[in-house]
Amino acid sequence: MRRALPLLLLLLLWSAPAGAAEPLVADLTSHFVAITTGFTGADVVLFGATDGPGDVVVVVRGPGRDAVVWRKSRVAGVWMNTRQVTFAGAPSYYAVYSTRPLDEIMPPAMRLLNDIGIADLRLAAAEKDRSPQEIAEFRDALIRQRRQAALYAEAVGGFNFLGGELFHLALGFPAAVPTGNYTVQIFLVRDKRVVGGQTSPLYISQAGIDAEVDDFAERRALSYGLLAVAGAALVGWLSSLPFRHA
Amino acid sequence: MDIYLPIAAMSQDVFVLLALGGAVGFLSGVFGVGGGFLLTPLLIVIGVPHTVAVASSANQVVGASVSGALAHWRRGNIDFQMGIVLLAGGFAGSAAGVWLFAMLRRMGQIDLAISLAYALLLGTLGTLMLAESTRAMLRLRRPGAGRRKLHQHTWLHGLPLKMRFRRSKLYISALLPLSLGFVVGLLSGAMGLGGGFVMVPAMIYLLGMPTATVPGTSLFQIIFVSASVTVLQAVENGALDAVLALVLLVGGVLGAQLGTRFGARLRGEQLRALLALLVLAVAAKLAFDLTVRPADPFTLETLGE
Repeated sequence: MRRALPLLLLLLLWSAPAGAAEPLVADLTSHFVAITTGFTGADVVLFGATDGPGDVVVVVRGPGRDAVVWRKSRVAGVWMNTRQVTFAGAPSYYAVYSTRPLDEIMPPAMRLLNDIGIADLRLAAAEKDRSPQEIAEFRDALIRQRRQAALYAEAVGGFNFLGGELFHLALGFPAAVPTGNYTVQIFLVRDKRVVGGQTSPLYISQAGIDAEVDDFAERRALSYGLLAVAGAALVGWLSSLPFRHA
Repeated sequence: MDIYLPIAAMSQDVFVLLALGGAVGFLSGVFGVGGGFLLTPLLIVIGVPHTVAVASSANQVVGASVSGALAHWRRGNIDFQMGIVLLAGGFAGSAAGVWLFAMLRRMGQIDLAISLAYALLLGTLGTLMLAESTRAMLRLRRPGAGRRKLHQHTWLHGLPLKMRFRRSKLYISALLPLSLGFVVGLLSGAMGLGGGFVMVPAMIYLLGMPTATVPGTSLFQIIFVSASVTVLQAVENGALDAVLALVLLVGGVLGAQLGTRFGARLRGEQLRALLALLVLAVAAKLAFDLTVRPADPFTLETLGE
């Protein structure tokens, strides 16, 4: 059934009346990713159909969260954080998938307008007294570290086209993926113009026992702390029992 | 086999965590210290965020010290009176420590403060302990070098508020254990360690307690100080990962019991020399990391996670 579902979806998309209003139709096979105890990352499959040739660009954006970038410098022989720039509401996750390199598909102005591509990502510094050069330096550091953690990514190719108009693509999320509300934007670009677009929501959340621990820790911090202490004391007591008469 | 840690928000191999807990537990069993001072840096090394490492280590220390204190209690080696006075100072200290932690975190200096404090403390203590245990070993080689006094009298014994501690055969100012408790509580709150490695030598050299009652009494008060740190860290900083602490603990208590058996076969001064070397090694590593140019001068902190 799990294998048949994507095929069914494809057929449905295929049977949409040719020449209908939408040049691009796409959707995710699942709008929910559950992070459970054994979570090591996940793939979400995107299916789509286009009404003709063109390039497809997919932008996956995680919830915005303030990111503080610190720079260390040497003070009295010791390296310490001396300067910081806060990027308010920076996307905690950002990935772009495209059928060809972005600069071949669309002009810079269009990338900037639609906030497509890591290089054109809108990141505003909260500190107002920093020079543009300094902000650029901290911005580069943010992007570099998020890229290393696979939280910011750009991928060219990876689309599986069937008959030139149907495609599917696996969106891969790393184990350390931030939780929250995501948006997945799908663009169809033809002759350097966006001719079709669609947005699909995705929700990534902890599930099962971990979600309950996290939820409890946040809402009932005191009870959680006391319970954690009691649990630890119990394990300590139990462990000393077999050795009582030693 | 990977396990997802809900507060740290990362996956870790459960066997790595068990082995880590076991190794630290073994050392703590051998030396009679909580092992938090090794656990926190090791957790940071495997990629657990500094804040979560501190809070969860404190939770692990609760269980490890309950296990150890029970063993000492059965042998009648706990001076409860002394423990309670230490504890009074300890509670005040741990509250101050957790507050200090939150403040340094806001200033972006928490990582530096933790590393620097560890390097200084461990370096000083390691040197003192190594010198003392070497002297003790040399003295043993030359028998008849003279009987030692029960303890030396210094200006510390002239302080007011004198109290009699029967189990430890001491008549000293209550201000001494109170302030010792405060300092150790402060370390515990800000650094996630039980503080046994500060407490044990200070009890011997500063308070002049008989060696037999030292580990049990230290562990007894560490139970309560680390418990209060765990709760305060959970409430103030939301950084406690109970799943992480529990897995570490299961490895830790098994290691501790083995360590206690092993430690019983070593001589006291040899044990102290070994611990001194271990402490110095950790201090050297931390100091070196602080002064060497970081591979990437930038660090990233995401708020509201």
